[in-house]
Amino acid sequence: MTDPSVTIVIGGEAGQGLVTVGEFLSKALIRAGYEIVVSQDYMSRIRGGHNLFIIRVSPEKVTAPREGIDLLVALDAATIALHRGELTGRGLVVADESLDFAGASGIKVPFATLCPRPIFENVAALGVLAKLLCLEPSWLTDLIGETFAKKGSEIIGQNLAVFQAAHAFAEGNSPGFDCLAPPAPRDKRLMLDGAAAAALGGLAAGVNFCSFYPMTPSTGVALTLIAHARDMGVVVEQAEDEIAACNMALGASYAGATALVATAGGGFALMCEGVSLAGMIETPIVFVVGQRPGPATGLPTRTEQGDLNLVLYAGHGEFPRAVFAPGTPEQCFHLTHRAVDQSERHQSPAFVLIDQYLADWSQAVVPFDLKSLPEVARPGREAPGPAVYERFALTDSGVSPRLVPGFGEYLVCVDSDEHTPEGHITEDAGVRTAMVDKRLRKLRGLVADALPPDYSGDPEPEVLLVCWGSTLGAAAEAAGILRGQGKKAACLHFSQVYPLVPETFLTHFERAGELVMVEGNATGQFAELIRAKTGTLIAKRILRYDGRPFTAKYIVDRL
Amino acid sequence: MLPIETYGEYETAWCPGCGNHNILKALKQAFSELDLPPHKLALFSGIGQAAKSPHYLNCNFFNGLHGRSLPPAQGAKLASPELTVVVESGDGCSYGEGGNHFLAALRRNLDITCLVHDNQIYGLTKGQASPTTGQGQATKAQPFGAPSEAFNPMAVAVAMRASFVARGFSGDTAHLSELIKAGVRHKGFALIDILQPCVTFNRINTFAWYRERCVKLADDYDRTDWKAAMAKAAEFGESIPIGVIYENDRPTFESRLPTVGPGALAERVPDLERLAAILESYA
Repeated sequence: MTDPSVTIVIGGEAGQGLVTVGEFLSKALIRAGYEIVVSQDYMSRIRGGHNLFIIRVSPEKVTAPREGIDLLVALDAATIALHRGELTGRGLVVADESLDFAGASGIKVPFATLCPRPIFENVAALGVLAKLLCLEPSWLTDLIGETFAKKGSEIIGQNLAVFQAAHAFAEGNSPGFDCLAPPAPRDKRLMLDGAAAAALGGLAAGVNFCSFYPMTPSTGVALTLIAHARDMGVVVEQAEDEIAACNMALGASYAGATALVATAGGGFALMCEGVSLAGMIETPIVFVVGQRPGPATGLPTRTEQGDLNLVLYAGHGEFPRAVFAPGTPEQCFHLTHRAVDQSERHQSPAFVLIDQYLADWSQAVVPFDLKSLPEVARPGREAPGPAVYERFALTDSGVSPRLVPGFGEYLVCVDSDEHTPEGHITEDAGVRTAMVDKRLRKLRGLVADALPPDYSGDPEPEVLLVCWGSTLGAAAEAAGILRGQGKKAACLHFSQVYPLVPETFLTHFERAGELVMVEGNATGQFAELIRAKTGTLIAKRILRYDGRPFTAKYIVDRL
Repeated sequence: MLPIETYGEYETAWCPGCGNHNILKALKQAFSELDLPPHKLALFSGIGQAAKSPHYLNCNFFNGLHGRSLPPAQGAKLASPELTVVVESGDGCSYGEGGNHFLAALRRNLDITCLVHDNQIYGLTKGQASPTTGQGQATKAQPFGAPSEAFNPMAVAVAMRASFVARGFSGDTAHLSELIKAGVRHKGFALIDILQPCVTFNRINTFAWYRERCVKLADDYDRTDWKAAMAKAAEFGESIPIGVIYENDRPTFESRLPTVGPGALAERVPDLERLAAILESYA
C-alpha cells in the first residue's frame, strides 16, 4: 500500500506570515476535496525563533502527521538548514533565490521580481505551491477574492496578478514534482481545529457564558466564543486570574447561565478549589483543559497528555465527574456538546481534555447536522409547588431538581459548607453522611451515560493498540500499517476516560494477543487508571513526552 | 416597605456582642425599606464569620469559598442582571485572600453592592492579623506585632475611582442602614467597609475604640470631589470618617458589554439557524 499523501512544511520566523500561507493553502485543499491534517510547531515567542506550519494532504483519509517533508517552503535560511535532512526522495525546497539551498533540489523563487512589495510574498508562495501540487488555481484565487473583498478590487487585482505570475514562473522552472492525485468529489466541508470545534460544540449546546484567563493552548476556545458572542448572545469575560474565571462561571451557572471555562494544565491547577466547589454546590460547569508539557511552565507551546491525573483527581473531597477526551476536531465538537449536557443532567463538573496538538490541528469536517444533535438538559424556572424548595433534596438518583433564582418566589440557597437539603450550613453527622451518599449516587447516572471506547480493526488481533484523546489518529494509522504488513492489528480509542465501564472493553482485551498502551506522557497515566479499575496490567507502553505529537511511524518503530 | 419579618429570624453562630448582629439588623432594615422581595435578592459570601450572614437572611444565596465572594457575584449579575446582588464578607476574605478580585471588581464596576465586615482581625481562625490589623498590633500569630502596614480599602477604592465608596460603623445601625440603601440604589459597584468590633479576638479595636473615633461626614462634604475624597479616605486613626466618601456616575460594566441582558441568560435558547450560518463561514 503506497501512501498517496504529501507533507508540506512551511517554516520561518514568527511574524513572517507562515500561518497565513498555511491556512490559505489548507482551506483551498479542503475546498478542492482533499483530506488534511494540519499541525503547528511553534516556539513561545511572538517574533523570531523557528516555527513550522505542517500540512499532510491526501486524496484519502489522513488522521495524523507523518515524518518526512515533500515540499519545504522556507521563508528563511534557518528552515533549509534545519530541515533539509528530512526531505524525502522526491522532496523539494521552495525558497527565495537568494537563500543557500545547500545542495537540495527545489525552486529558487525570485520573490523580489515577482512581488511589487514584500507583503505579496505569501501570495507568490501560494502560486508556486498550487502549480507543484497541480491544484486548480481557482480554489486559491477565489479565496484571495473573498479574503481581500473588504480591501477593494485594486488590492484583489494586485494579489491575483502576483499569484498568476508566480504560478507561471513555477510552470517554467519546476524540477518536476508528482501531482497530488485528484480527490473524489465531495460536498462542502468545514476547516476546523480542535479549539474552535470545542467552542462551536459548546455554542450548539447553549453555552452562553465563558470566563477565562488566556493561556496556550486553550485561548482559541475563548477567542472562538468571543468571535461569535454577539451573534449567539454569549457573555465572555477575561477574568483577573483562573481562580476568578472558575468561580465567576460557577456564579453565572448558579444564576442560570450555561457556563464553560477554557484553560491549560497550569491554569487549571489554580481552578482546583473551584472544581471542588462545583462538586459541593452541584452546579454544572464545563472545563476545556488544554494539556501541554509540564511540570510548571514546561514546554508552553507544545503537546502532551500529562494532565489526566490532575483532571481525574482535581479538587479536594469526593464527588463524581465526567472526563471526555476527543480524538479529532470533530469529536471536540460533539464531546463538548455532550459535556454541557452531562454536567447539567448529573449536576457534576464535566471536563473536555484536549492538548496543544489537538487544539491547533485543523481538519476537514462534514458540516454538523445541528437539528439532529441530542437534546441538552437545562435547569428549571418554575416552582415545583408550595413547599419550601430544597435545592439539595435527597433523591434516588442523587440529582436534585435545579431551579434558577429570580424566576419565582422559591429561594435557591447553595453553600460550600456541608448543608441541609435547603442549602443551609450544618455539622450534623447524619445529614453529612446522607449528603455525601447523595452526591456520590450521581456516579450511577454518569456510568449509565458513559461512552464506550471505539474499536477498529481485526476482531481477534495479535496487537491491540489502546489509546485515548488525540493519539487516536496516529494509533489507528499504525494499526493500518501493521495490517498492511500482514499482522492482525486493531485500535481501541477511549473518547471518555472517566467514568470507565470495564464491561464495555474487557472483552476486547481478552480477544487480543498483546495489549499496547499508546499515550503522550512519561508514566502511562491511563494505563495505570485501567489497571486500578480493572486489574489489567498493560505492561507494553509506547509513551511520548518530548512535546511532539505521535506519528504512526513512531508507534510502529517501537513495537 | 416590606415587613422586617420577610427576611426571617435565625439562630446565629456569632458571639454575644459581635458587630455582625447589628450589621444584619441594618441589612434587613435596608432591604425592607428598599421593598426588595427575598427571591429578587441574591447574597454572595466567602468564608469567615461575616460570610455566614446569608444563612441568617431569608433570600437566595451563594456561600462560596474563602476570598471568592466577588467572582461568583459578578458572574451571577452578568447572567441575571435583574437580580439585586449583594456581597458580604470579612476583611480577610475581601482584602486578603480575595485581593486581586477586589481590585478587578473596582475596575469592572458591575452594579452590585459589596459589604465588608471589617473587624481588623481574623475571627473564624481565632485571632491572627488581617490585612487591616494595625501595624504593630500583637496577636497570637504575630507576637512581635503585625509587621506590615495596614491595608486602607477606602484609599485604594477612591484612588481607582470606584463609583461608590463608603464606610459605616456597626454601632450606628440607622446610619449604616442608610448607607446600605444608598449603596444598593447606586448604579455601579458600591463598596461599604463596615467597622465592627470582634469581642473575642481583638482587644484593641473595641466597640468603645470605634465609637470614640467614628465621625460622620459633614452635610456640606462634597462626595464627588475626588481630591477631597482622597484626603478623607487617608484619615484613619484618632478620627475615622464614616459616610459616603466618594461617588461618581461611571457607566457600569454591564452597559459596556453588549451581550449582557436584556433578560437572563437562562432565558436564551441557542439559535441553531444562526449557528449553522456561522459554521458556513468555516467552509
